Amino acid sequence: MLKLVLLWTDAAIWLLVFAVAVYAFAVRRQPTLAASWRRVFRDAPAMASSVVLLACLAVALLDSIHFRALLPATEGAAAAYDTRTKSALDLALAPLAESRETTYSRPLAFVSFTKESVEIDGRTERIAPRLTFAGSHLSDPAKQWAGDVARRAAKGGGLGAVASVLLALLAVLRVARQGQLRFSDAARAVWRGETELPWRAPLVTAAILLVLGGATASLSGWYHPFGTDVTGNDVLYQSLKSIRTAFVIGSLATLVTLPLAVSLGILGGYLRGRVDAAVQYLYTTLSSIPNILLIAACVLMVQVFLDKNEDLFETGLERADLKLFLLCVVLGLTGWSGLCRLLRGETLKLRELEFVQAAQAFGVSATRIMVRHIFPNVAHLMLIVLVLEFSALILYEAVLSYVGVGVDPSMNSFGGMINLGRSEMSRDPVVWWSLTSAFVFMFSLVLAANLFADGVRDAFDPRARAFRPRVPQRKLAAAAGAAQS
Amino acid sequence: MLNYLVRRLFYAVLVLAGVNFATFVLFFTVNTPDDMARLNIGGKRVTQELIDNWKAQRGYDKPLYWNDAREGAEKLTETIFWERSVSLFSLEFGRADSEAAGDIGYEVARRMRVSIQLALPIFVMQILASVSFALLLLLFRNTRLDLAGVVLCVVLLSISSLFYIIVGQFAFARVMRLVPISGFGAGLDLLRFLILPVLLSALARLGVEARLYRAMLLEETGKDYVRTARAKGLAETRVLSRHVLRNALIPIITSAGGYLPFVFMGSLLFESFFGIPGLGAYTIEAISKQDFAIVRTMVFVGACLYVAAYTLIDVAYTWVDPRVRLA
Repeated sequence: MLKLVLLWTDAAIWLLVFAVAVYAFAVRRQPTLAASWRRVFRDAPAMASSVVLLACLAVALLDSIHFRALLPATEGAAAAYDTRTKSALDLALAPLAESRETTYSRPLAFVSFTKESVEIDGRTERIAPRLTFAGSHLSDPAKQWAGDVARRAAKGGGLGAVASVLLALLAVLRVARQGQLRFSDAARAVWRGETELPWRAPLVTAAILLVLGGATASLSGWYHPFGTDVTGNDVLYQSLKSIRTAFVIGSLATLVTLPLAVSLGILGGYLRGRVDAAVQYLYTTLSSIPNILLIAACVLMVQVFLDKNEDLFETGLERADLKLFLLCVVLGLTGWSGLCRLLRGETLKLRELEFVQAAQAFGVSATRIMVRHIFPNVAHLMLIVLVLEFSALILYEAVLSYVGVGVDPSMNSFGGMINLGRSEMSRDPVVWWSLTSAFVFMFSLVLAANLFADGVRDAFDPRARAFRPRVPQRKLAAAAGAAQS
Repeated sequence: MLNYLVRRLFYAVLVLAGVNFATFVLFFTVNTPDDMARLNIGGKRVTQELIDNWKAQRGYDKPLYWNDAREGAEKLTETIFWERSVSLFSLEFGRADSEAAGDIGYEVARRMRVSIQLALPIFVMQILASVSFALLLLLFRNTRLDLAGVVLCVVLLSISSLFYIIVGQFAFARVMRLVPISGFGAGLDLLRFLILPVLLSALARLGVEARLYRAMLLEETGKDYVRTARAKGLAETRVLSRHVLRNALIPIITSAGGYLPFVFMGSLLFESFFGIPGLGAYTIEAISKQDFAIVRTMVFVGACLYVAAYTLIDVAYTWVDPRVRLA
């Protein structure tokens, strides 16, 4: 039996997923919006990065279903639940999460990183002891290890390759059905990148992900593919858990800015005069405080609040989670001035246009003009800022964690991993895997988010498209023809 | 011009008053002086007497906003808010919350000099590196080199600045031993201590800025006067340096100048990683020690820098573009 726990950020994330679904439904019904989104996906980097983002999103969503397990009943006592709140991801990664070693170990190692003094035949020797879990299935690790790792990696990678071939087949079938092509023609079109949507890029990305992921997954039951940290926790597990933290900060923090930025920006830009002066004063004041200091100040206050109300939380995770949620709120409340300035400027331009004047001439009320006429015309700016900020915030989280005002230390985050990795780099020999792992995951996520954001910006902002580097294209015209015929 | 500056100054004071009020509300209402005292005295034997004593030492033994016990204007002036505000505006920052930290004003003045020694080279280096990279890309626009450059920018800006610092420090200071790992000195030593942070910070910002500047420069190259310049037979490098760059300076100044206050605070990371005793390191220490008095002061100092930077930018406009008149 389980007791589902709905944490603050869980609720926010699922609400967000619901909102995105509603938005997607609305997009299908609006031809202009749909056309813009099609332009996003016609961009090969955006298409490829959306695969990475979807994979990360899946991990983040799995990690957002929290529950507490029912403890084995004791005689005469009321039903008690585990004090640890777990997520669906923890269940899936149970072999990683629970195979905890005593201290550092190298990636895929079967012995510990640090040596211990052991007494053998009356002499004291410094040897690296075997790990408790990783590689414990090997009877003679020195000989079997390489073969075992290679075999398992090949098996997992092979499964991944099979899966990606299946995916490619599905994509080709889809292209063939839509374009009413023969299967071989469709396959050739996909391979040469001559289809309307660039299928090749996402398929290659998915194949890389599946092969690497497959190999890692098949190794992770028997080894620590990315090593373990100082207390013996699996680094891969930490990295995967950090994805959710990054997602929550990246998406929620900008969402929090929206109500303030949009309402004040449009109000100031449309009504002008005193309202505008007040709005301008507000955002000038806010933006004149160095952001990191303001956030630090607010987070310190959140910390004070949490410390005072220690008894509000049943589990440590609930406390850490509320802190994460409040951090998003703080980031949002301190970061709205940029978007507000942008929207105010755009509204100032829009209010002079004919359609607004027509609405005014018809006697439409100011509120209604702002809601019905101005807002839909600045909505694309909101979207662009939302996706652009996503990656910036993920990077920011790391800095904040370093300064000491980031997420709770008990919560996995890239910032926390980097912070620990920093001191590990000064050890001798160097413990490089924590930092490398954080780097690989964070870089993939942020790069994907950046490429996707560029795609969205180019699709929704015609001016941005001019800045794309254009390389002389040899087979542009041929491509369009071949896909159609 | 003078008229403009006076008005500008007035607005700056207004903004700083707002900042002051906001930080005061944040710091004193959520976290009352009693809490601060309890936190700083620490331990279990916190008596009301000790708390009152601590508050009296720092002048926190008054009502927050409104003193009913007094008469007339003193209702307003005999409060913590009034006293703190007046002291901040007269740049007397008072004592830190913790005993060891001492006088904030002295520390700020001392560390400001150190910070400037780091921040100015960083600022100049960042702009130089990014603008020249952007110009290079512009020179090779619509070629594969341009594409590769833009891709490189996206890759660079997807890497957290922490990685640049950690890996750079590891590679250049620890493995190659080219420069000391951290610390600060005077004279020629200064160069050895500063060169790595300055170069790394230029690299860390290169992706973001070069891409931005490339877009700004590209916008200018589409204009008629550029075509005219080319038509009269100027070399492309000359077109870029004499015509395009000069005209693109306005947006570049806006964006670089907007970053100026963050250079002071943003070198915060570099200061703390490289053990440079500047304002940034001071702030980080204060945050980790939860010394609210220091953090509050730094918020105010930071806001002052920001306002000053923006006034500077506006003045710089007139210098770059004679058409801009401030009135």
